Amino acid sequence: MAKITLSKLRHSYYPNPKSPDDYALKEIDLDWTDGGAYALLGPSGCGKSTLLNIISGLLVPSEGRILFDGLDVTELPPDKRNIAQVFQFPVIYDTMTVYDNLAFPLRNRGRDEATVRERVTAIAEMLELSDLLDRKAAHLSPDNKQKISMGRGLVRQDVNVVMFDEPLTVIDPHLKWKLRSKLKELHQRVRATMIYVTHDQTEALTFADQVVVMQEGEVVQIGTPVELFDRPAHTFVGHFIGSPGMNILPADVSDGVARFAGEAIPLEGPITAAPGARTEIGIRPEFVSLGQSGLPATVTKVSDVGRHTVVECEVAGSRVNAIVSGAGPERGAMVQLDFRRDQTRLYADGWLATEAAEGAA
Amino acid sequence: MALELRNVTKRVGADLHIKETSLVLETGHFNVLLGATGAGKTSLIKMMAGLDPVASGQILMDGQDVTGQSTQKRNISLVHQFFINYPHMTVFDNIASPLKVAGLPKSEIQGRVEHAADILKLRPMLHRRPHELSGGQQQRTALARAIAKESRAVFLDEPLANLDYKLREELRDQLPELFAGRGAVVVYATSEPEEALLLGGHTALMEDGRVTQFGRTAEIYRDPANVLAARVFSDPPINTAKIVKQGDTARMGTDVTWTLTGAAAGLADGPYMIAIRPHHVSPVASPEATVTLSGRVQVTELSGSESSAHFDTGSGSWVSLAPGVHPYRVGEMHDFHMDPSAAYVFAPDGSRVA
Amino acid sequence: MKTENQKAWFFVLPVLLLVAFNALIPMMTVVNYSVQETFGDNLFFWQGLGWFEQILRSDRFHAALGRQFLFTFLILIIEVPLGIAIALSMPRKGFWVPVCLVLMALPMLIPWNVVGAMWNIFTLPDIGLLGYFLNHVIGINYDMTQDPLAAWITIVTMDVWHWTSLVVLLSYAGLVSIPDAYYQAAKIDGASNWAVFRFIQLPKMKTVLTIAILLRFMDSFNIYTEPFVMTGGGPGNSTTLLSIDLVKIALGQFDLGPAAAMSLIYFAITLLVSWLFYTLMTKDDLN
Repeated sequence: MAKITLSKLRHSYYPNPKSPDDYALKEIDLDWTDGGAYALLGPSGCGKSTLLNIISGLLVPSEGRILFDGLDVTELPPDKRNIAQVFQFPVIYDTMTVYDNLAFPLRNRGRDEATVRERVTAIAEMLELSDLLDRKAAHLSPDNKQKISMGRGLVRQDVNVVMFDEPLTVIDPHLKWKLRSKLKELHQRVRATMIYVTHDQTEALTFADQVVVMQEGEVVQIGTPVELFDRPAHTFVGHFIGSPGMNILPADVSDGVARFAGEAIPLEGPITAAPGARTEIGIRPEFVSLGQSGLPATVTKVSDVGRHTVVECEVAGSRVNAIVSGAGPERGAMVQLDFRRDQTRLYADGWLATEAAEGAA
Repeated sequence: MALELRNVTKRVGADLHIKETSLVLETGHFNVLLGATGAGKTSLIKMMAGLDPVASGQILMDGQDVTGQSTQKRNISLVHQFFINYPHMTVFDNIASPLKVAGLPKSEIQGRVEHAADILKLRPMLHRRPHELSGGQQQRTALARAIAKESRAVFLDEPLANLDYKLREELRDQLPELFAGRGAVVVYATSEPEEALLLGGHTALMEDGRVTQFGRTAEIYRDPANVLAARVFSDPPINTAKIVKQGDTARMGTDVTWTLTGAAAGLADGPYMIAIRPHHVSPVASPEATVTLSGRVQVTELSGSESSAHFDTGSGSWVSLAPGVHPYRVGEMHDFHMDPSAAYVFAPDGSRVA
Repeated sequence: MKTENQKAWFFVLPVLLLVAFNALIPMMTVVNYSVQETFGDNLFFWQGLGWFEQILRSDRFHAALGRQFLFTFLILIIEVPLGIAIALSMPRKGFWVPVCLVLMALPMLIPWNVVGAMWNIFTLPDIGLLGYFLNHVIGINYDMTQDPLAAWITIVTMDVWHWTSLVVLLSYAGLVSIPDAYYQAAKIDGASNWAVFRFIQLPKMKTVLTIAILLRFMDSFNIYTEPFVMTGGGPGNSTTLLSIDLVKIALGQFDLGPAAAMSLIYFAITLLVSWLFYTLMTKDDLN
């Protein structure tokens, strides 16, 4: 297992990139500690696959270095990096049994059969594949096939990093949570450095100790799942994580007071934004309540999701979602919205621009 | 406009793939078919669309028997999970293709395509080809084609399944409005309970080739008719456990008991099964949650604003779902609090009794 | 509902008629001949299975069948590995792909008798390009009209030149359908090039290879035109393959009865071998 360092990494698919927009991956500097579980989260086209391919060696970055345990591997091809990767679609050696599939990476490296048997049996047991070991891999269901792909990634103990590229794409929705949790459990048992690429917040937040959120080739926040939900550093993170995402409302700031729809909105703490920036107020629907006082709003849509109700309102042309428990108001009703103060933040040009008040988390 | 299935079945070889099904699907709201993969959603859609023959029974559109009618004559649209567009045509021509086939005048085609493109925000892309579009735009093109066609019935077979999570959320939010007031019967197949709830309208729960329950989405979520329906309409999976009722006391396993209230209290003594949704099993104590379950936490998950925990009480596996982030430790014992008044009670044969 | 679905049969009808005219009716004629003795004036005598017995016991038939199997075996053992090797070395992307594909397809576009005539001239000892080169430049005594070995080498080479492309194109189609992820995964798993071929490329090519081998078997087993044009079955009977022998019996000697029986036996062998091969190759896919 290894510590992974990305140093001043940039990548462009053009031979001579001129403007920053030509870069599919904007400058990245980060350190991933040995044995951690990391996720790269973002919409398609955000650069997460580019980054993954750079780490696995399928792509050589235009600029910057990648270090495994301090060793420069930037120019090394994938087979020299001692890594494992699980792809979006299961990769199975059709003619082999499940056992031989799992044994393949070990046998290719000349491990003796006793070691092979021990590792394969252990991995198969972890992945609940023990009963299938003698079966031909070709005729299994997609989730079992993907488990085999994962197994081949985990069977070697000496890999630097195991990477997962949207591994649950082909898995049936009602089986997804099983594999999702299986992966988490596997990480806790084998303690390998693992990188998981996905556009699905649940997969990322469940799996990772630390999530890297990316947008348009740029890392917008690196944080624990709790940090990403509690204090999004960027409006994109607020929008992307949580369903529905954070409400982002246009705001005017003057004399240290933020106003939305003409009303002063109390914020969590003092504003740090420089004047002149485009300012927005961000608050999650979970912290908007319908009350006796507050912003007057019109209910435009009520969705009963069973365990709670999502109330969509309109305030001065902006849409504000609120999550309430129990039955919501009628569509068209006039309501008043109350924002929980310690969860109301200001964003300047997209970036967080308030300090948490003293004593608040 | 209504689409009616009367005692429809479908056979694949000797197997009865769709068991006798009767449904009346109406316009004005979404009709969701909810079930796991292989439950028969796509088969049902294919029969309604005329792509697959029915083995027995009738299909009626507006009271008129269309059972033997070909797909071409039924005037329907189908949007598939995979983005199906003609790769060599522009977005405009893709949307216009069914109208051209129908032989509409040019001006009318132009008007309808532009209208549909406006609704789906495809105006700037009308002259691009599908491979120049993102997945979301490709699927919007397929949807625009269905809208421009103004068909009598629109079948959406997991149309969002291959899209990014957030894109799915946005498009799902817009879908009911897109089809509102168009007079078409909209049938939407999905395997995700959350999606059915967000789309609203009516839902038919499907399991193993049969419809287990049909009705207003929120109502059947709250009021499952049987244990199968309760299982299908729950994600994370609903908790089930065996209990024994004696007087007004319910006993689960050896040491968990509670006092039954409401309809459950009036049942005859004997064995029952309860099902309780994960969000009624909370790591936080509350006055209603009178039953405490201790279990070893096996798996925890965080989905944005909610966290779930799978735990094992020794006699069974349970799931809890609660808002916010909870500091579970995998492998350690944790107390969970259950509100027994929120539990559904089923007879041993699976039918709902309270 | 029933009436509409019956339409499908209506569309299949032309094909059924075509097959009937093309295959069934001529075949029944052959069956008719095979059990009778014919004379002039359309006189027929019932012969029963006599012709079949005669053919199956005849040394001449055994020899021709042996030559036929040898020929098919030789061209398969050369064309299949060669075709796969060429397909593997062709580029997967870029400018050269269409160029290679067209070059590969060229020999297949030439009619059989033209191929035969081309090679006939090509190998003439004194004026043919190859014949002249071998005899007068290298100094090997090469004359396929005299030397059975030279005749065999020539017809096998000719068939390899003519039909390896088919194996190449089908294998290539199988190869390009393999997703990149398989190659990447194999690299990461530390697989050697041989392992990549053995466990990824070969299994993924299996379906198309089955078709390629089947087509090549049937075609080569029934080959007639090219060897006939080139060697006429000689020198001696050394290249008299089954089909050439059959034509000799049927048209040369006008023994319609034995010829009909022989063609039915010929047909049965082709069918049996094809069926055996196909069943063996697809056995795994069924369960």
